[in-house]
Amino acid sequence: MTPTLILAIAGGVLIAAGVYLLLERSLMRILAGVMLAGNGVNLLFLVSAGPAGDAAIVGADPETIADPLPQAMVLTAIVITLATSAFLLAMSYRSFQLEGHDEVADDVEDAIIRRRAEADLSSEAYVDTSSDSDSESGGRDDSESGGRIERETGSRAEDEDIR
Amino acid sequence: MDLANLVPIPVLLPLLAAGITLILARHPAWQKIVSGTTLGLVAVFALVLCLAADAQGPIVLWVGAWPDGLGIVLVADRLSSLMVLVSSIVTAIVVIFPSRRDVSDSADGAPVSVFHPTFLVLTAGVSNAFLAGDLFNLFVGFEILLFSSYVLIMLGATRERVRAGSTYVVVSVLSSTLFLLAISLVYGATGTVSFAQLPERLAALDPGLQLVIQLLLLVVFGIKAAIFPLQAWLPDSYPTAPASVTAVFAGLLTKVGVFAIMRMQTLLFPDSPLTDLLLVVAILTMLLGILGALAQGEIKRLLSFTLVSHIGYMLLGIALGSEAGLGASIFYIVHHILVQTALFIVVGLIERVGGSTSLARLGGLASVPLLAVLYLVPALNLGGIPPFSGFLGKVALMDAALATETPLALLAVIAGVATSLLTLIAVIRVWQRAFWQDRGEDDDRVHSLRVLPRIWVVAASALVGITVLLTVIAGPLTDFAYRAAVDIQGGAYTVAVEEALP
Repeated sequence: MTPTLILAIAGGVLIAAGVYLLLERSLMRILAGVMLAGNGVNLLFLVSAGPAGDAAIVGADPETIADPLPQAMVLTAIVITLATSAFLLAMSYRSFQLEGHDEVADDVEDAIIRRRAEADLSSEAYVDTSSDSDSESGGRDDSESGGRIERETGSRAEDEDIR
Repeated sequence: MDLANLVPIPVLLPLLAAGITLILARHPAWQKIVSGTTLGLVAVFALVLCLAADAQGPIVLWVGAWPDGLGIVLVADRLSSLMVLVSSIVTAIVVIFPSRRDVSDSADGAPVSVFHPTFLVLTAGVSNAFLAGDLFNLFVGFEILLFSSYVLIMLGATRERVRAGSTYVVVSVLSSTLFLLAISLVYGATGTVSFAQLPERLAALDPGLQLVIQLLLLVVFGIKAAIFPLQAWLPDSYPTAPASVTAVFAGLLTKVGVFAIMRMQTLLFPDSPLTDLLLVVAILTMLLGILGALAQGEIKRLLSFTLVSHIGYMLLGIALGSEAGLGASIFYIVHHILVQTALFIVVGLIERVGGSTSLARLGGLASVPLLAVLYLVPALNLGGIPPFSGFLGKVALMDAALATETPLALLAVIAGVATSLLTLIAVIRVWQRAFWQDRGEDDDRVHSLRVLPRIWVVAASALVGITVLLTVIAGPLTDFAYRAAVDIQGGAYTVAVEEALP
């Protein structure tokens, strides 16, 4: 089997570009990255199919036809990439609808933990009932987080109004 | 009738029912009946498959009977038929829960009719992944279940769910691309993707290339199974989905990844167990997962972290590579699917009764004794309290690890015991705060199970009952698991597939 060097290099470049774009925050760029990487992998399938040959149709000489199995796999992969792209497009549009941008946000809880660490507070799971001052601060935090949730639902209601 | 014709039923029946429920989109009650009946039927067929596979060895079906093994092959050996059985039981029970309000949450006008078709397709994908006899079909099974899970995790497309879902989708797409890359590597190197032919041909390859393929597949399945250091996506994305969806995801999807790792390690690379690497990964998964759980103040997130942590136990059994280790691991997978699903379902009930899943806002739920029992039993089970199945599974794993007598395995045992204790602390903290702490003064909710549909309480009790039943049938079940492990080690799979070649 003699693989085509050009296909392999092209596949590698596409995957590299795809991975670079996947690392971005914007969903549209991630989408572009997914498509590039997907196509790169499809090219690699063609490499693994071996040398080019005739179309694999029943009745053709089995010696001269190209390996049909990778082609079947690539077809499946193309369909799946198409579906993924459609879904990602819908998702980024919805994200744009809700937030005004399509960037993947940080985990909310992570952000809370980071804020608590900066403010030198204990985690939400920890309740110290031994001393009064601590339990007071615990109570205050609860109301804070409650307030945060209320604010969020409030802004959500506003969005609905606007629409 | 030839038993082999039963093998594709767990895949085909849900797909067919998905079409029917789509037609019935305007009749939610009928949708629920159709999907409930279908999944119940699948469970019955899976039980038949399970018994048959136990009696006469792996059942193989070459779909379409293409010559020379060109077509798709489905294989139900002891391991995969057991997995299909457990997953169909879980899905058949969980499908009772979703109601209009639960699924759409705060988003009015959300397309709730989509839930049942998608859920059924998810089930088909899970079964397909379990039964697949080649790498590419495994990939297709993964894609089916992933796509359904994308839809389910973002049901209603609220702000929270889109945010959490984005991470999930991007990570899953990345792992799919890597999987495809691995398949093209495997095909290029060996000229086949069949599980039956691969072991021999992979063994003939250059050891370096073998290792590359193995590690690539390990990363792919590791992302799905959420093992350290590939677990960060899970605790963020699972808790925001509707309770019933989270329950199935937590119970099943990660286990499909673990199952794939087990298949790969035992079938494709039997000579390269990577014991040390996997043991280290298992230890870190267990400890870091449970330390994360301890810091959480929200029950669903806490349980998601314990989920990650307990994946480490299953990995521990696989890492050992011995029959005892694999058998214990299989038992633990069965136990964990049921217990984790039960816990998430009960948390869904807690959310309805108490109005929140945040520990700071819950309290006084002990006034609802049935709910308390429903939580405490699976929680103690997860924490490994005898005589529950969690204890039995952990003991079996520790036993297998101690039998290998390496320092690292000993370390894994210590980590396992520590994790078990820390899990207990985590779930008991929920118990204390949600059920026994005083309620806030402004909280005037009346806690009662009456706010729930009666069938929910019945279904949740049934699920918890099954987790308790695991203790009763632990003897036959462990025997079955060990026979499955012997099967795996003895190469019965390859032999059966080649014998069935049309």
